[in-house]
Amino acid sequence: MKNQKRWGLFFFLSPVLLWLFLLIVLPHIDLLAMSFRIENDDGQMVWSLSNYLNFFEEPIYWLTFVRTAIFSILVTFLTFVIALPVAFYITKVVAPKFQGFLLVLLLLPFWVSELVRVYGWMILLRESGVINHFLIKLGLLNQPIEMLYKDATMILGLVYTSMLFMVVPITSVLDSLDNSLIEAAYDLGANMWTILFKIIIPHATPGIVSGSIVVFMLTLGNYLTPNLMGGKNSLWFTEQIYNQFIASFNWNQGSAFGFLLLVLSSIVVWLGLKLTRQNLRKVVQ
Amino acid sequence: MMKRFFVIAFIISAFLAVNISSALAAETLRLITWSGYTPKVLLDKFEKETGIKVMPTNSSNEEMIAKLRATRGAGFDLAQPSQDRISSVQEKYNLYQPIDLSKVKTDQIIPSMLEAVKKNTMVNGKPHAVPFCWGSSGLVINRKFARDAQDYTDILNKKYAGRISYRLKRPTLLALAFAMGDDPFAKYGDINAYRALMEKVGQAMIEGKALVKNYWTNGDALLQSMRTEEVYLAMAWDKGGWKLHAENPEIDFFAPKSGALGWIDTFAIPAKSENVEGAYKWINFILRPENAAVFTNLDTTANCSKGANKFVDPAISGNFERSFPPAAIENIKWYPPVPAKLEEIEGKILDKVKAAK
Repeated sequence: MKNQKRWGLFFFLSPVLLWLFLLIVLPHIDLLAMSFRIENDDGQMVWSLSNYLNFFEEPIYWLTFVRTAIFSILVTFLTFVIALPVAFYITKVVAPKFQGFLLVLLLLPFWVSELVRVYGWMILLRESGVINHFLIKLGLLNQPIEMLYKDATMILGLVYTSMLFMVVPITSVLDSLDNSLIEAAYDLGANMWTILFKIIIPHATPGIVSGSIVVFMLTLGNYLTPNLMGGKNSLWFTEQIYNQFIASFNWNQGSAFGFLLLVLSSIVVWLGLKLTRQNLRKVVQ
Repeated sequence: MMKRFFVIAFIISAFLAVNISSALAAETLRLITWSGYTPKVLLDKFEKETGIKVMPTNSSNEEMIAKLRATRGAGFDLAQPSQDRISSVQEKYNLYQPIDLSKVKTDQIIPSMLEAVKKNTMVNGKPHAVPFCWGSSGLVINRKFARDAQDYTDILNKKYAGRISYRLKRPTLLALAFAMGDDPFAKYGDINAYRALMEKVGQAMIEGKALVKNYWTNGDALLQSMRTEEVYLAMAWDKGGWKLHAENPEIDFFAPKSGALGWIDTFAIPAKSENVEGAYKWINFILRPENAAVFTNLDTTANCSKGANKFVDPAISGNFERSFPPAAIENIKWYPPVPAKLEEIEGKILDKVKAAK
């Protein structure tokens, strides 16, 4: 009987294990091995660290990474600033019967693919686009200005794409916040900002941190939005990995970049957890 | 009891999966190609004629090589790389199998093009491709705004600031090198000289970066920005320019003074193709003059089929005559096979251009 139970467990677990091992662990081992090999001048493959050294020696590579990381942190912060009031409104202000409806409204844009959403923004923002058209009709502008292909538009697009992943975890932690705490604070003469910083944010920290991790990782690994909306200056680190694999045929360099992205982004997340004094187990719950 | 049930169910489903996939493979031809190369009418006609269903995947040279390299030549039954991107990857990764010219109806193909492709894709004494169609990169210009643009150097010209678009890919580097009076193809054999030349071109591109509206990556997106007159001057393929010319006579494709860059797209059979016979059938089918003409009429790309011209729409052949006076044809710079290592040099320079402020 006991034996059979164990067999059953193994049977149901095996797809997950196979999935993890065959599709995630094995290819990564292959990539890791590849990242330590280079082709020498005779065309032979030899073991070497130079793929990793290249990253640190060539300024455009690590500058691109720093740029990508800084922009991702900025996007995460902006998403948080926008998402907190939205989440608070949904959980505390609006009548409970509308809560579900509002969450569905947030979800709605995610029913179409990211590509379609980005093209939607491009239609709105381009020089001959909808927004310029109305600004000229209203007499606010004399001639159209180009709003696309700028860092600001790229951030706008990235924030828009990641909103949902911040709002949902914050709503779920705010749900457990007792309204009477806020009322008591008002009775004791606290103002809005005190309440925000002393009650709401401390209570919501686990949700904020888990939302931030998701948004940060999604933004860092995004390829489409920076590429399409950022225009000519927007070299994103993922694009550099793509270029190494596809344009330069240098898979070894590309895999080294991939692992550097993995390691460096893990360090940023770890630092973030340390700074907010959260631990991963509490946050992912 | 339960256990036996699971085992049986598992075995049955495994069998079904294997059978279904092999049954599908028997009647299909997985073709990795470029967008526009597989008109629906021709796919339907081919299926009616041979019973083979073609499943096209639209791609680009770089992606074709990367995909075939990842599987060591499996996953597709027929590929359409450009002729200059075959021999070096073939030597290195062995992605394709030699083409058996006795199975190709070679009398359907323009002889000079067949010979050129055979020569350029010769590896270990065997040809690896036959030509399908050809075209060129040059300038697409809106004459209403850019009256006197002549050459590739105009994509770095202050006069058209903010109205310029080109791809951040190797043809742009090569075109600018030609326009600067150099010959990059002659330097293919000398890596150091080539690197120095590319660095010079890259520097010029960085200096001219403020003038570019965007680096286009998607042909349709470029056509859209030319249509709305956001861009006046672009480096692009001839077919895009001709499509725009049909909508707006002010816009057209021009062969630049230092020469349009000519490419030939081919048929090559991946090493682990599972339907080699079907692949030859498709090659012979689409190069049949009346079928090749259907492709050219829809896509505006010139084909390599001998005798297809009499079926081509006069408006389409008119494009060619308008953009390519005889001197411009003489001046087309045909891509020679790309030696290994050059892509790496180019890739790094393009990254630098994109990262520059």
